[in-house]
Amino acid sequence: MATMTMVQALNSALDVMLGRDPDVLVFGEDVGYFGGVFRVTEGLQRKHGLTRCFDTPITEGGILAAAVGMGAYGLRPVVEIQFADYIYPAIDQLISEAARLRYRSAAEFTAPLVVRTPYGGGIFGGQTHSQSPEGLFTHVAGLKVVIPSTPYDAKGLLVAAIEDDDPVLFLEPKRLYNGPFSGRHDEPVRPWSGHPAAETPEDYYRVPFGQANVVREGSAVTLLAYGTMVHVALAAAEDTGIDVEVIDLRTLWPVDIETITASVCRTGRCVIVHEATRTSGFGAELSALVQENCFWSLEAPIVRVTGWDTPYPHVFEWEYFPGPKRIAQALRDVVEA
Amino acid sequence: MSTEPNDIDAPLLRNREPLRLHVPQPKRRPGEPPDFSDFTPPEAGSVPRPDVAAPAEEMRPLAFELIRVLDSSGEAVGPWRPDLPADRLVAGLRAMLRTRAYDERMFRVQRQGKSSFYMKCTGEEAVAAAAAMALDAEDMCFPTYRQQGLLLTRGYPMMKMMCQVFSNAEDPLKGRQMPVFYSSKAAGFFSISGNLGTQFSQAVGWAMGSAYKGGDRIAAAWIGEGSTAEGDFHYAMTLASVYRAPVVLTVVNNQWAISTFQGIANGGEATFAARAIGYGVPALRVDGNDFLAIYAATAWAAERARSNLGPTLIELVTYRAEGHSSSDDPSKYRPAHEARAWPLGDPIERLKAHLIALGAWDEDQHLALQAEAAEEVGVALKAAEAIGVLGAGRRPSSSTMFEDVYKDQPWHLRRQRQEAGV
Ligand SMILES: Cc1ncc(C[n+]2csc(CCOP(=O)(O)OP(=O)(O)O)c2C)c(N)n1
Repeated sequence: MATMTMVQALNSALDVMLGRDPDVLVFGEDVGYFGGVFRVTEGLQRKHGLTRCFDTPITEGGILAAAVGMGAYGLRPVVEIQFADYIYPAIDQLISEAARLRYRSAAEFTAPLVVRTPYGGGIFGGQTHSQSPEGLFTHVAGLKVVIPSTPYDAKGLLVAAIEDDDPVLFLEPKRLYNGPFSGRHDEPVRPWSGHPAAETPEDYYRVPFGQANVVREGSAVTLLAYGTMVHVALAAAEDTGIDVEVIDLRTLWPVDIETITASVCRTGRCVIVHEATRTSGFGAELSALVQENCFWSLEAPIVRVTGWDTPYPHVFEWEYFPGPKRIAQALRDVVEA
Repeated sequence: MSTEPNDIDAPLLRNREPLRLHVPQPKRRPGEPPDFSDFTPPEAGSVPRPDVAAPAEEMRPLAFELIRVLDSSGEAVGPWRPDLPADRLVAGLRAMLRTRAYDERMFRVQRQGKSSFYMKCTGEEAVAAAAAMALDAEDMCFPTYRQQGLLLTRGYPMMKMMCQVFSNAEDPLKGRQMPVFYSSKAAGFFSISGNLGTQFSQAVGWAMGSAYKGGDRIAAAWIGEGSTAEGDFHYAMTLASVYRAPVVLTVVNNQWAISTFQGIANGGEATFAARAIGYGVPALRVDGNDFLAIYAATAWAAERARSNLGPTLIELVTYRAEGHSSSDDPSKYRPAHEARAWPLGDPIERLKAHLIALGAWDEDQHLALQAEAAEEVGVALKAAEAIGVLGAGRRPSSSTMFEDVYKDQPWHLRRQRQEAGV
């Protein structure tokens, strides 16, 4: 066991998998010699060699296309898109190609690739370094979508993603890279050290897909979150004193419907939280699932706390970001309804 | 049908040796001395200047040459020498000095925590300054984040640019964009996108529009050499060549795209200018630290565009003398002092030497112009800071956050604004 930041845990996952499987290779913009703009691939080229972790041209569509081709050859490419905001030039290769290759070739060809990319706000990145595009991709049949919230999960889920035989979009909450974040932006920045989930095994382990994590048990209301918002939700739950059950989804797709259903059917109330814009966001899917599975147990309308339906505005970082205050208000509203 | 069996003894088309994956590497890394020994700039004045109407095939060699006007003694030589009077040359020098002074100051205030981010164009000041002077003030520019000099040279108020960087109440973009992602329709400066490359192909569309309407404005676009790997570069080239769009397309090859050297963008076997050949588009490869060469090349390309002869691709060979941005540390990936070893020198020093060689300038005048630029920046900064900086002072009103998503605000945004309490 070692205390790791999320960056170190992700680095460790890549390191372990490069070591275990010669068919794993890592590439993307600035990931080679430099080790990535967020340092996730630091040292991997030096340790594993130039052709196992290398720099690419600035061509997200090309990066994904190459990954699909390598997957077809039989490799397990792990590519980095420097910011989730820059995944759009790659979207055709991801949606029309990677996600459908298995189906259209009757499983003759597959694309066992992982796309790692930092997402989310909280860093004054403005509209092109802050987006949360997960909902675009959970909508795509054939893609799996993963978002960890701790160093421990980040490593275990990334290992599972690399070993998965289907294409996986692995979204990394960049605001959590170097420490947990309660959403109270005026408080001093906290490091991961001291957080229980920063304790991370140095060698191989997996966190399986499709298993949510109940990070706080409660009986009054169920809160569904993932990524950065797990920590913000926990802070909000503390603030209210309400007996909130907080569920960290970990994998958005496949989603752990059993854990969600069991919890909401017990609490009868549900708040869904994400940074992404509200309309047609993943919260809409979750809300529909809860309604379909728990309708007769619901005692209040399901409430979503999300980013506003605008581009992410630079100066209004904290008005936009769904912080603990808004979540706390939603919890109170739902419990009092 | 032949019953002849295949000749089973024929050798299989297999490789004799195992295939190898090639990954380009720069010559030097941190801890090693800089090495530009494979880049020997040709003599200034050595490249011919064809007629703008010459057929593209005849111009092909230009994509591999390097157009230079200023020689090492500060003389302007050769067929590309633009005949600019001394006052225009001083104006060019002033534009570059103002750009450098602006960048230096704004970078420092970023370090003081007054803005979230900053990007300088140090060493590349000639790129925007010369183009702004060679183009008509009405021509439409589609720049990257490193052509702030276009705004400064076109007379856009420096103070407004600072307000954008600070996202304060007077920010023309209402605090919505990251610092340096300016926009000004009046200055013919298209809104900067965070997504690389997109402007390059949009400029072609704008130019097609101008041609369609029988207008008299042309478009100009810039892209970093790293970003030429994006599809948008190729969309731009394809559309510009097919529709002979009146557009000047410029690749700013400053050697580095964050941590990756130019060989990662193009394999290192050809120039960026040479890419135009396959599209049948004339290309000029130009010393990007030579104000006069950039001016002449841009003017030549603009004349082609204005004469309905279509697009030109210009590669400006320059060097990013400082970090990619305020978030970058170049000592992590390239040799220290590589900028000092850069064979094409510094654009400001070179134009200054030229003016001095002409007898039109001296050190005192230069110092005075530098001081004037610093003073202008200081005055503008004081005014901008008095309005507000990131985290202090007056900000745009938060209700504006919900505006301009659509022309008219739909019900859901009205509701969200109420929920936000703004
Ligand atoms: C589509 C897209 N991909 C990646 C990035 C991240 N990024 C920002 S600047 C940059 C390097 C650009 O290099 P270059 O085009 O050579 O221009 P320079 O910064 O050197 O002027 C990268 C990779 C981005 N902004 N947009």
